[in-house]
Amino acid sequence: MKNMTKTGWITVIGMVMLAILPPYFLLNGHAFYMDLALRLVILGIAAVSLNLLLGHGGMVSFGHAAFIGLGAYAVGIPSYHATWGGFDLIASYNGLLHLALAIGVSALFALITGAISLRTKGVYFLMITMAFGQMAFFLFQSLDVYNGDDGLTIDVRSELPFINLDSPMQLYGLSYVSLVIAMLMVKIIVNSRFGMVLQGAKDNNERMVTLGYNTYFYRLTAYVISGAMCGYAGFLLGNFTTFISPDMMHWTRSGELMFMVILGGASTALGPILGSSVFILMEEVLSSFTIFWHLPFGLMLIGLVLFVRGGLMGLFKGKGE
Amino acid sequence: MDYTLLFMQVLNGLQLGLLLFLVASGLTLVFGILDFVNLAHGSVYMIGAFICASLTLFLGNFLLAILIALPLTGLVGYAIEVLVARRLYDKDHLDHVLGTFGLVLVLDTLAHIVWGPAGITVPLPAWLDGQVELFDGAVIPVLRLLIIGTGLAVAGGLVWLVNYTRLGMLIRAGASNRTMVSALGIDIQMLFALVFALGAMLAGLAGMLISPLTGASIEMGGQIIITAFVVIIIGGIGSMKGAFIAAVIIGLIDTLGRSFLDTLFVLFMSENAAETAAPAVSAMMIYILMAIILAVKPQGLFPPKARG
Amino acid sequence: MKPLLEVKGLMKTFGGVAATDNVHLDVMKGEIHAIIGPNGAGKTTLISQLSGALQPDAGTVLLNGTDITNKPAYKRAKLGITRSFQITSLVMGMSVLDNVALAVQANDGHSYRFLKPARSVTHIREKAMESVIKVGLRKRANDKTSALSHGEHRQMEIAIALASDAELMLLDEPMAGLGPTESGLLVNFLKELKGQRTILLIEHDMDAVFALADRISVLVYGQIIATGLPDEIRHNDDVRHAYLGEE
Repeated sequence: MKNMTKTGWITVIGMVMLAILPPYFLLNGHAFYMDLALRLVILGIAAVSLNLLLGHGGMVSFGHAAFIGLGAYAVGIPSYHATWGGFDLIASYNGLLHLALAIGVSALFALITGAISLRTKGVYFLMITMAFGQMAFFLFQSLDVYNGDDGLTIDVRSELPFINLDSPMQLYGLSYVSLVIAMLMVKIIVNSRFGMVLQGAKDNNERMVTLGYNTYFYRLTAYVISGAMCGYAGFLLGNFTTFISPDMMHWTRSGELMFMVILGGASTALGPILGSSVFILMEEVLSSFTIFWHLPFGLMLIGLVLFVRGGLMGLFKGKGE
Repeated sequence: MDYTLLFMQVLNGLQLGLLLFLVASGLTLVFGILDFVNLAHGSVYMIGAFICASLTLFLGNFLLAILIALPLTGLVGYAIEVLVARRLYDKDHLDHVLGTFGLVLVLDTLAHIVWGPAGITVPLPAWLDGQVELFDGAVIPVLRLLIIGTGLAVAGGLVWLVNYTRLGMLIRAGASNRTMVSALGIDIQMLFALVFALGAMLAGLAGMLISPLTGASIEMGGQIIITAFVVIIIGGIGSMKGAFIAAVIIGLIDTLGRSFLDTLFVLFMSENAAETAAPAVSAMMIYILMAIILAVKPQGLFPPKARG
Repeated sequence: MKPLLEVKGLMKTFGGVAATDNVHLDVMKGEIHAIIGPNGAGKTTLISQLSGALQPDAGTVLLNGTDITNKPAYKRAKLGITRSFQITSLVMGMSVLDNVALAVQANDGHSYRFLKPARSVTHIREKAMESVIKVGLRKRANDKTSALSHGEHRQMEIAIALASDAELMLLDEPMAGLGPTESGLLVNFLKELKGQRTILLIEHDMDAVFALADRISVLVYGQIIATGLPDEIRHNDDVRHAYLGEE
């Protein structure tokens, strides 16, 4: 612990607060704060997964909300059929099945769309991931079986061994631990040999190719890992909100996710969590003043791009870090 | 197969394609010349529709409303350029996207404040309300013909503007060599602002033309922008010719898919399955097309030479 | 003796102008083969086609007798070709040692490793450190690359080429932008490498070229007008006329 940097300490303190405060509020009858914290932690996982691509791999994916949606529908669709019949193959309340579907489908979607998107770079990549995200949106919008645009209410949450997701405390526990694991996973991956190649390719792709790395496959691997992780966040989100709709996948949701990563400071460990906290607090605070909260939010976003470099985490960073 | 229906759907597809071209042309113009990614382009389309709708209700004349709304939309584009876009040209594409995403939120909320959440329906003037019988049984609404005509005229106008005018020459020169053009004593900043305003007017025009059919609504901008992106990705970002061809292809495929895919699917699956699968597949069709084209040509059909 | 690299009838045109015009070239195992020529002769274009960054329009490239003409850059690197860049090309956000370690890791064959921290893989780090020390950057090993001087960046390029263990090193103007002292050090260093590695050297610094090269080829307007021992080139009339300049 002697070698901890200032940002390292902030990360630890932040995570400890996240572990203690929400359960404390819940036990004292403030369920509302627990809801906020749950959203924060779940979106935090999604933001962490996006950060692996955007911050560490230099891949600006603008379609990440699709993975959240896929993960959430992986809970909603089997649960729906278990209640109302049909689609016997997956009709079940079994949480492990939901989980496997959420991660598997997201990874597959990432593999297919990533394989095509990663043949391009820069602004092409950005627009194509955006288009693929929107494809998922329109797909679920067109599925009348699941109420299309109007969305689907999840009557029965995923049934997991040992954990009861109907209990906010247990759901929060699972989400919080998942977030910590996600953050550690990204940190470990980034520092591994694989991560070195990924970062090298972000900084100087030509050099990496000349050294003998087929950077395409490294990027695709990162894309699949990130997609699967984000799908897992969707699994949690579906179990939290118990309502899912195509709107979760709309490109503006992807934009918000990206905003969280950039605002918090891409390629830092706590950055995505910081970004999602600020986003959720702002959403709550601003929307309590005015239904037009997108206006100050949008202005802030423009201001952020024009005037702040390196995001919030950049403001915290000590010299020489 | 009903050939009259097919013919009419082809015309509908063409109409959608030309509408998409109006939006995509501004997007590709701005990207090709300014290297700027503008998510807020869809919002300008939406604002154009709202301004025109209000003016139509106020003046009682759709055509006059368009004529007044056009320069107003151009002014909105000009304001966006001066206030935000101009400060972003030197930053990277990620900043463009985030900044203009902020702009989308601002513009959509402003539209919400000014025009309310519900949107406005635009009364169709009598002369546009009719239908034209092209041949036996094939009728097409006059408005759709107007959109097709306008789209073709604008496409022609853009080709002329970019290839045969002094402005076009400056635009093309500015794209490849900013310092060179400014060294010639031309106010390049003004030129860029004009290009931006022109793009805004084109998107606004599309919004105005479609407003009697769909009304003006806040969501319309966010809906069209991604499709317009798909158009310019397929066509090759920055290529006007590519944007035109891709827009028409997408308009046709989307329209025909939505109307005929179920008939096609019934041929090899049960009616029930076709009823579920057809809408799902047709919703994804343009993206699948995009994926296929990119798998073969990652830079789109007409990749711009200079950018490699 | 067998050539390590054989280039036959290589052609590359850009918009009608031939940048590489029917180039034939043999590089023998263990030699330092220099390519000289005036600016715009197509030297970097040639290197890029050998490293795989550019695809030739026609012709073949053989490495150890194997046709590699259509192999992508990353595969050629695996087969034993490394290049340095005329315009420094490094991973600026990483430390000097990290940069060199990436070159070692590329040859190590275990890059799909997700768990163990890259910086604690000792055999890679040690080997990278060896190269760093060889080029004289020991003190800078843990500094961020972007903080180094131009001269030090040039040294890093060499360290990376060394660390990659490649049989064939394509060095694109390694002395570019170096002062006389630094150039001198680099020349001595490359001399020590002689015989251990095969080097195709592009260089403008004629003192360096004549001090190092076993053989020299002269490239003018995309064509090789002469190949020979340094003395032969020095006295070749065509070369004097086309390049060295008759005063």
